[in-house]
Amino acid sequence: MSEKSNHIVIIGNGISGVTCARNVRKKDREVPITLISAETEHFFSRTALMYIYMGHMKYEHTKPYADDFWEKNAIQLKSGWVSRVDFDNRLLHFQKGEELRYGTLILATGSKPNKFGWPGQDLEGVQGLYSYQDLLSMEKHTPSITRAVIVGGGLIGVEMAEMFSSRKIPVTFLVREKRFWDNILPDEEAELVGRHIREHGVDLRMETELTAILDDGAGKVKAVETSSGEQIPCEFVGLTAGVSPNIAIFTDSELATNRGILVDERFRTNLPDVYAIGDCAEFKTPPGPDRKNIEQVWYTGRMHGETLAHNLTSKNPVSYKPGIWFNSAKFFDIEYQTYGHVPARRRDGEWSFYWEDASGKIALRLLFSKADQLLGVNAFGWRMRHAFFDQAIRKGWPADKVVSRLDRANFNPEFYRDLQTEFIQAYNRETGKSLPLPKRSLIQRLIGTRA
Amino acid sequence: MKFIQNIGLILVVAGLVIFTAVPFLGTWQLESAQVEAATKDMHREVMVDLLAPMYGQSYGSPFAFIGDLNGYMEAHNDSLKAEEKWDQVIWDDYAFPLTKTASQGPVPAYPLLFLALSVGLTVLGGLLYILPLHRNETAGIKNDGIYFSSMKARGWLGMVTGTYLILFYVILYWYPEYLSNSVILVDPISQALSGGPASQWFLYGLVYTLAILVMGIRMFRKYRGNNYQTIRTVSVMFFQLAFAFLIPEILVLFNMPWHDFKNIWPLDYTFFYEYRIDGMVNSGALGMFMLVWGILLIVIGVPVITYFYGKRWYCSWVCGCGGLAETLGDPYRQLSDKSLKSWQIERYLVHGVLALAVIVTGVTLLNYFMKFGLLGQATDQLHSLYGFAIGSAFAGVIGTGFYPFMGNRVWCRFGCPLAAYLGLVQRFKSRFRITTNGGQCISCGNCSTYCEMGIDVRWYAQRGQNIVRSSCVGCGVCSAVCPRGVLKLENGEESGRINDLPIIIGNDSINLNT
Repeated sequence: MSEKSNHIVIIGNGISGVTCARNVRKKDREVPITLISAETEHFFSRTALMYIYMGHMKYEHTKPYADDFWEKNAIQLKSGWVSRVDFDNRLLHFQKGEELRYGTLILATGSKPNKFGWPGQDLEGVQGLYSYQDLLSMEKHTPSITRAVIVGGGLIGVEMAEMFSSRKIPVTFLVREKRFWDNILPDEEAELVGRHIREHGVDLRMETELTAILDDGAGKVKAVETSSGEQIPCEFVGLTAGVSPNIAIFTDSELATNRGILVDERFRTNLPDVYAIGDCAEFKTPPGPDRKNIEQVWYTGRMHGETLAHNLTSKNPVSYKPGIWFNSAKFFDIEYQTYGHVPARRRDGEWSFYWEDASGKIALRLLFSKADQLLGVNAFGWRMRHAFFDQAIRKGWPADKVVSRLDRANFNPEFYRDLQTEFIQAYNRETGKSLPLPKRSLIQRLIGTRA
Repeated sequence: MKFIQNIGLILVVAGLVIFTAVPFLGTWQLESAQVEAATKDMHREVMVDLLAPMYGQSYGSPFAFIGDLNGYMEAHNDSLKAEEKWDQVIWDDYAFPLTKTASQGPVPAYPLLFLALSVGLTVLGGLLYILPLHRNETAGIKNDGIYFSSMKARGWLGMVTGTYLILFYVILYWYPEYLSNSVILVDPISQALSGGPASQWFLYGLVYTLAILVMGIRMFRKYRGNNYQTIRTVSVMFFQLAFAFLIPEILVLFNMPWHDFKNIWPLDYTFFYEYRIDGMVNSGALGMFMLVWGILLIVIGVPVITYFYGKRWYCSWVCGCGGLAETLGDPYRQLSDKSLKSWQIERYLVHGVLALAVIVTGVTLLNYFMKFGLLGQATDQLHSLYGFAIGSAFAGVIGTGFYPFMGNRVWCRFGCPLAAYLGLVQRFKSRFRITTNGGQCISCGNCSTYCEMGIDVRWYAQRGQNIVRSSCVGCGVCSAVCPRGVLKLENGEESGRINDLPIIIGNDSINLNT
């Protein structure tokens, strides 16, 4: 592995590429590693772009590693756009005419926002939010606007709505579905999120689609037209109807692609020594039951990078085997965590217990199989301990056991309301059971012990 | 509401302008009777003669008055020094009491009116601005626009504020005679509380307490819905008002030494100085209690309570410096330096100050018990050196004056010897930690950005490692600003507290110690 000729070149310095580079370096101090990006010189946290716009942080705060980290770890940073890959000669061609030879090539090129062929989708002031350049473009196009329209009800859409409301810019939010994010969330949760978005003054239009974006005559957006025939004047349109793998430069090459770059369970593409990880990779077979062929979240990108780095530096390569699914998000002020799988529509035999507090901002759903085994959790406004539910789902704990041990799952800050007691009371009421309420002695409460 | 808030801002500025103008209002005229009243027996005769040229002369500015006063004193002392008559040199500083007593005009005539117009307007304006904050907003993180703010992101407003604070501290510590009019404002309050006239320290204590109270109310608004922040803020407000301000003054009323029961050596670096020990020993049962309580806090209180709760029990719940940092300083918490370099400097500096405090105190005590046979009065030099460099320059001028430049915990992080002591306990023997939540971190950086102690919280969170750092004061803001619920301040079993080889949950392919 350590011969000089095996130069590892990674295209993309997002979480997948960077995690891979770091973990290869930890195992192998010699092998040359080059990280290529045209986006930013250093790795930054894409998930934090919104906070720069909102004034919570500056760009430099979003960099997880100090600028001298890369040199200290002998990870070469190369700035530039790769325009073509000559796989036969293992040569990268850059837009500016440079070339770079590789021994091993790792493609971690990420995603790009979806555009569905809407009329006017390429006007000035119409964009998605994925890259640092997208953020700069938003900064450029949104000062002194009177309204922004966001199209597509996913997580980036909510982030964009929050960004605009932090600057007191009125927002109209067009969502195709009946309830917010209801292809992922069960109805109650989708309602809860929708209510909260409206509470922040967002003009949320459900079951409304974009039909066209109108030109002001100078190539800029002046309004959108919706499926209900209405015209909404605006100076900015955010396209947030999902993302798809960023593989344009590979589609006409010998690299096998579908929606993404096709890989096996070890991230190998159809070409020798060429791998793909992160958002741009598409598994030929899903890596697990309930997992998708394309995984586009932060944590999976990290795990892809870790696993490939292991395979590149170990004599015992492994298949990518993700554990219990988890994810999280924040809808304005309401944090959301999920563990395991809670599908929007319950499948046969499954039953779930859903509790929502009086404020309508805190909720917990536990989903169980026919055999009373925990399958998944949706938590809103209630932080949960990852390790607890990882274990409970892995071991398939029955409902009573999960519910009576919720105090150990609670990850809310100290002095927060005792939600587990309220939850157990509701559970007892609804199921007719009489699980004991959690009791902690004065000593336990004073010294804060969990046992 | 915006209108009321703007009125509030105008009142704050007006109050501060008047507060700044008060020292220069009126005339200064000295009479021999005043000099007699303000000087010690041993200096009275000399002083009355020395200042005779000033009697009956009306000065239009404090500069002229203090200039003359210091001129006569210096000329007198210089000639004595030249003759090496050291025992006759007047070492006492009479500039402050003489300037205060010589002040004439509207300020001494209407102290309460001017107090209301300066401090009163500032407090009122502050409340008018603060109380409507975040009205009709849902509870949540209120950090919008912080990095666009001139005040909070080292813009010109921040620079002006920092400069003003630094100037205030320099005058307070080394040129208090220029604040004598300001002290006159609070004389009536001091008389009511302790039965005596106010010193510059009383003025400082009053302003300090008001700052914590008013800005504490801002904390309630800003962190509404976060019970940890609310309760913690109530705690620092209570300890400042009761323990640091009211109780010491009431003790003085009953002829006891001024004593802050929650201040602990070595932050309270004068605790073992002979005048403090003598003061306590000679004050009966309560005085003995002060001494015993103070020692118990050092040897038992700090280690035991820190073992159970971490140093936060003191630094962000009880301490006065912490109280000001967590209230007045909260708007600046994001300005702390997170670099590795600053962590290295921090460790040398804060432990260096602890070592210095221990040495100074040790020498002092040894000298005391040897009936001054060891160093004679030389410890006084040591004390004034430590008091100047650490007590005044570091803790005051830099500690608070640098809020808008380097964040609100410069002193606590780089200089406080008690924080260093608490930190050693927290690092090596405590149940406190910040637990990270499995694999949920997205490396966004909010936690590190808003850590006032400059801890790169994200470094730990993104590798699934609990945060066990001696400097953490447990303010809980990293946990509050985390958008993914990754951080939780906890007291728990010692086993598993320090996980040097963490494994991020979620990947079953490999067991990876990041």
